[in-house]
Amino acid sequence: MSTNDNHDRSNDRLGWRTVIAAAPTEPASERDRSRLARFSFLTHLRPVRVSSGAIAWSHTMGLGGTSLVLLVLLVLSGVLQMLVYVPVPAEAHGSVATLDHAVTFGALVRGMHYWSANLLIAVMLLHAARVFFTGGLGGTRRVNWIIGAGLLLGVLGAAFTGYLLPWDQRAFWAVTITTSMLEYVPLVGAAMRETALGGSELGGATLVLFYTLHTSVLPIALAAVAAWHFWRVRRAGGVIEPAAGNEPEKVAFLPHLFVRELSQALIMVAIVVVLAAAFGAPLGDEANPGMSPNPAKAPWYFVGFQELLVHLHPTVAVLVLPLLGLVAFVLLPFLAAPREGAGRWFLSKIGKRACVFAAVAATVATPLLVIVSDRFGSGATGWLTGGMLPIAIVAAMAAATDVFLHRVVHAPRDERRQATVTLFAVGFAALTIIAQFFRGAGMALGWPWGA
Amino acid sequence: MKTAETPQSKPRRRFLRWLWTGLGLVVIAETAWVIAAFLRPRSKAAKAGSSLFTAGTIDEFAPGSVTAFPAGKFYLSRLDDGGLLALHRECTHLGCTVPWSESEQRFVCPCHASTFDSRGRVLGAPATRPLDMLAVRVENGIVKVDLSHRTRRVAYHASQVTKP
Repeated sequence: MSTNDNHDRSNDRLGWRTVIAAAPTEPASERDRSRLARFSFLTHLRPVRVSSGAIAWSHTMGLGGTSLVLLVLLVLSGVLQMLVYVPVPAEAHGSVATLDHAVTFGALVRGMHYWSANLLIAVMLLHAARVFFTGGLGGTRRVNWIIGAGLLLGVLGAAFTGYLLPWDQRAFWAVTITTSMLEYVPLVGAAMRETALGGSELGGATLVLFYTLHTSVLPIALAAVAAWHFWRVRRAGGVIEPAAGNEPEKVAFLPHLFVRELSQALIMVAIVVVLAAAFGAPLGDEANPGMSPNPAKAPWYFVGFQELLVHLHPTVAVLVLPLLGLVAFVLLPFLAAPREGAGRWFLSKIGKRACVFAAVAATVATPLLVIVSDRFGSGATGWLTGGMLPIAIVAAMAAATDVFLHRVVHAPRDERRQATVTLFAVGFAALTIIAQFFRGAGMALGWPWGA
Repeated sequence: MKTAETPQSKPRRRFLRWLWTGLGLVVIAETAWVIAAFLRPRSKAAKAGSSLFTAGTIDEFAPGSVTAFPAGKFYLSRLDDGGLLALHRECTHLGCTVPWSESEQRFVCPCHASTFDSRGRVLGAPATRPLDMLAVRVENGIVKVDLSHRTRRVAYHASQVTKP
């Protein structure tokens, strides 16, 4: 605080200028800029000075900030749609059609919501991958990883509840299938499904429940938790960086980081608008509870579990493996946070090689396992053939990969753990791609182009 | 303030802290209870009116036939021996609606290719249990189906068939 600051306040008794600027309106010097960053509300959300290494695009790719941009777009486009949409089975589909055809810019706004949501899930997954592969999940950052996992679950919940709202065939049957998966949970499965549906079958009660979660509970919770998530990044001293002997070189937030963030935000908005204008959001025929489409698939972010259900015992596919995966993901900081090398992509050169090897191995092995199971599996209903045996095979393959990386590639422990996570993550991604694109009528395997 | 220093104030403070914590927990429990009550699935029984669906006279259903009743969400299966079974149309795999294929003489799920015979038994995976049943009764030659309750079953048994 200097006399200069008092001078500014005297011109602005109500403090309005603190919203954007309390310092000189046209910052000339580096010092003016840092004052601006410190004493105005909007810029105080960002650090005054940042390390020059941390703001390189290749270091974080700005994925966390991009997620925030998409979240803001979702709220804005969502609120606009609430002015037209009616959450009642008899009117829901019609009101979405009205949005598409009778409201000026309605189709564009709905398209932006649709693309922002799908991109958000993809960007958040990439963000998690970036944090993991740069080792930014150890020490004080462990809690923030868990908060981030909560955000991802919240966004998946918001996407899923929003999936039902258009009330077309795709929405109705995707939600029917996903909620029916809950029935395979032992003992409480039927009660879980009925709670999720608000009744014994998908109907008006489900629509109101999903609408409420989608338009108030989840957005408010996500906004609060997202703020906490960003605040904890600041508390940890910014994004992860390689440990250096000397103090890293610092540059002012304004303009160095600010222009990067602003330009990336604008590029993202442009991408969303272009996608919305070019492709829009799909709207099929109105939901018909008497006629299931062939094939009926869960939303793309859950279709990997549906693929597991084709091969495995239902309890294994919808309860054991998802729960294991979730626990492993949430507790990743305790399972695979590197002891050293954090801040560098893949920790080291050898780490990068190990991850590439694991990714290639998973990309080759997953389709092979799927084809073998498809040809020789017996519908996979038994505990042995649909549970123990496949798990044993996959575990043996993971162990073999680990031994190979240890003995032949001489990868250290942290690098091998990273490779194991890569193996399972890429494997699940491959399952998702197979279920989404390579399964046709009756969920039979086939080429996407139908040859 | 002398009272704050007296030895008697210590148990009182402990008691008050205990009381506040207890009351706080009660508030949390009550709130959770209210939320659970709102989230509880609404039961169909609350709806007024009869849940007995009149399918038709027994002569309308030839032995060895399967008739769809979209309004009741079930199929009436008349077995070759004349017995009757009301099968719910929801696939036991993941809840899709199964159509009856007259040419194949079986139910074929369009979603994941599960197949069931006219008794609702699983012919082909991924489904693991037979189609749910609804209770059938025949009164004076009129077939009535009780829509109020779906019976889950692990396997088919001859006792599930209603003899007219």
